[in-house]
Amino acid sequence: MTAETPATVSGSGALKRRDSSIIADLIEPASRVLDLGCGDGELLAWLADNKNVDARGVEISTSKVQRAISRGVSVYQGDIDEGLADYPDQAFDYVILSQTLQETRAPLKVLRELLRVGRKAIVAFPNFAHWRVRLALLTRGRAPKTSLFPHEWYDSPNIHVLSVLDFEELCRTEGFVIEHRHCVSGARRVTLLPNLRAQTAVYLIRR
Amino acid sequence: MVVEVKKAVFDSLSLDNGATLSPVEVAYETYGRLNDTRSNAILVLHAFSGDAHAAGISPETGKPGWWDSMIGPGKAFDTDKYFVICSNVLGGCRGTTGPGSINPVTGKRYAMTFPGITITDMVRLQKMLIDSLGIRKLLSVSGGSMGGMQALQWAVAYPDSIESAIPIATTACHSAQQIAFNEVGRQAILFDPDWNEGNYYDGKPPARGLAVARMVGHITYMSDESMRQKFGRRLRSKDKFGFDFSVDFEVESYLRYRGGEFVNRFDANSYLYITKAMDYFDLANGGQSLAAVFESTRARFLVISFTSDWLYPSYQSVEIVRALRSRNVDVAYCELPSNYGHDAFLVEVGEQTELIRGFLARTFRERAAA
Repeated sequence: MTAETPATVSGSGALKRRDSSIIADLIEPASRVLDLGCGDGELLAWLADNKNVDARGVEISTSKVQRAISRGVSVYQGDIDEGLADYPDQAFDYVILSQTLQETRAPLKVLRELLRVGRKAIVAFPNFAHWRVRLALLTRGRAPKTSLFPHEWYDSPNIHVLSVLDFEELCRTEGFVIEHRHCVSGARRVTLLPNLRAQTAVYLIRR
Repeated sequence: MVVEVKKAVFDSLSLDNGATLSPVEVAYETYGRLNDTRSNAILVLHAFSGDAHAAGISPETGKPGWWDSMIGPGKAFDTDKYFVICSNVLGGCRGTTGPGSINPVTGKRYAMTFPGITITDMVRLQKMLIDSLGIRKLLSVSGGSMGGMQALQWAVAYPDSIESAIPIATTACHSAQQIAFNEVGRQAILFDPDWNEGNYYDGKPPARGLAVARMVGHITYMSDESMRQKFGRRLRSKDKFGFDFSVDFEVESYLRYRGGEFVNRFDANSYLYITKAMDYFDLANGGQSLAAVFESTRARFLVISFTSDWLYPSYQSVEIVRALRSRNVDVAYCELPSNYGHDAFLVEVGEQTELIRGFLARTFRERAAA
């Protein structure tokens, strides 16, 4: 994944993760934001402090929930797959699902829920069609292990891997409108041949 | 830090059961200083057997308060920043009017003529105290166990009077199991001949019944794991069984000690009234959904539960959190890992401190600092 890449994007340079800073730039000030799989709440705390956002999160790991709450972020300890049902329709302006879609048991259900609970959804995921992944499979003939997908097949949390094309086709069939797409490889934005060259794709979608 | 108990007296208090108590006295303590805008006040709510002495050293007993590890300079409830208040509950026996108080009409102790009370009544009296201190809006209300029930009741009864609530190891509705344990405690007292229909204040108190009640309580406050670690099957001052029903095991000795000690500081009639108030507690009043009662809630919430707490299990906290989420209320929730059972809210200081400190700091910054 792109976690180690120093971020230099406008406005949100203080965020450690490149995809976080891309996401932060997509969010309007003073909006209501729900971050699913929010980790230790770094992005949410940044949004609350810098964009006056009403920030909420869901996270499964106890230690991450503790860190998030201790920085003042309202995080609920729970599972994403079942955690969204409680929220009323359109409770948020944005629902963020960063680097987590591929780990959910029912990705389509989750995507539909994102756009029930939020007016818009921001979805970031690692692109399984990146050329290194393709090459790893082609040359070694084994489940790909790359910097983007670093796990052994048997202990990978990525149970529903997808590509840029996969995601866009699903958006078409579900009638989700893609408002914005931002693909990156390392620290660089990728516009040409994103399905082959993007390591991470960030989408802003709505119904 | 030595703290004095203060007293406030109110002309009358209307109760849920239709009765009116007059006058009503409240014992309370305060720590830290109220700021100029009166926006830094936190009401801390004690659990079943607690009292107003939450922090500092009591000049009377020389003992630290029941949450001294959490309240003080630099602690979770940082008295360098916040003004913390704790009062003894209605029906209590530590300075606030209860069954052991003198009824001014008869000149005798209330005993069983004391009216039945509820958590709502306790909170109504706390609201009168807070009003009398000139505080319009509390930065937070917080407590564990029965204290958590009061925090929830505050959020529902006085939604515009609190910025936040921190209910810990608690429930929105006392369950059959919780009522059952309380009933065992009450029966132990009621069957003690010394209870004497509640009229024991001039003679021998029902010490055996109250001690047994407390023993049951202590079992429910611990966990299988914490009891195994603390006592195991170790024998008490002997290397073989006595076969005479004297104390064999450490755990027996501990329970007898805690039971006996409790008799010196708690009134059996208060035990009856306060446990009933807990059993009556149902935030949704039987009918409504829990989400419906949070309709006008504006406060932020931090809900905390503990993995090994089987008296107030985490699912009860999750119910609260889910109801709040369905109202889109700002709520943080964490189930902290602990082996200490229900006692964890008094013992697990480090992790609770982290959560509460961060939560209060942001609440103060966003809602009260201006």
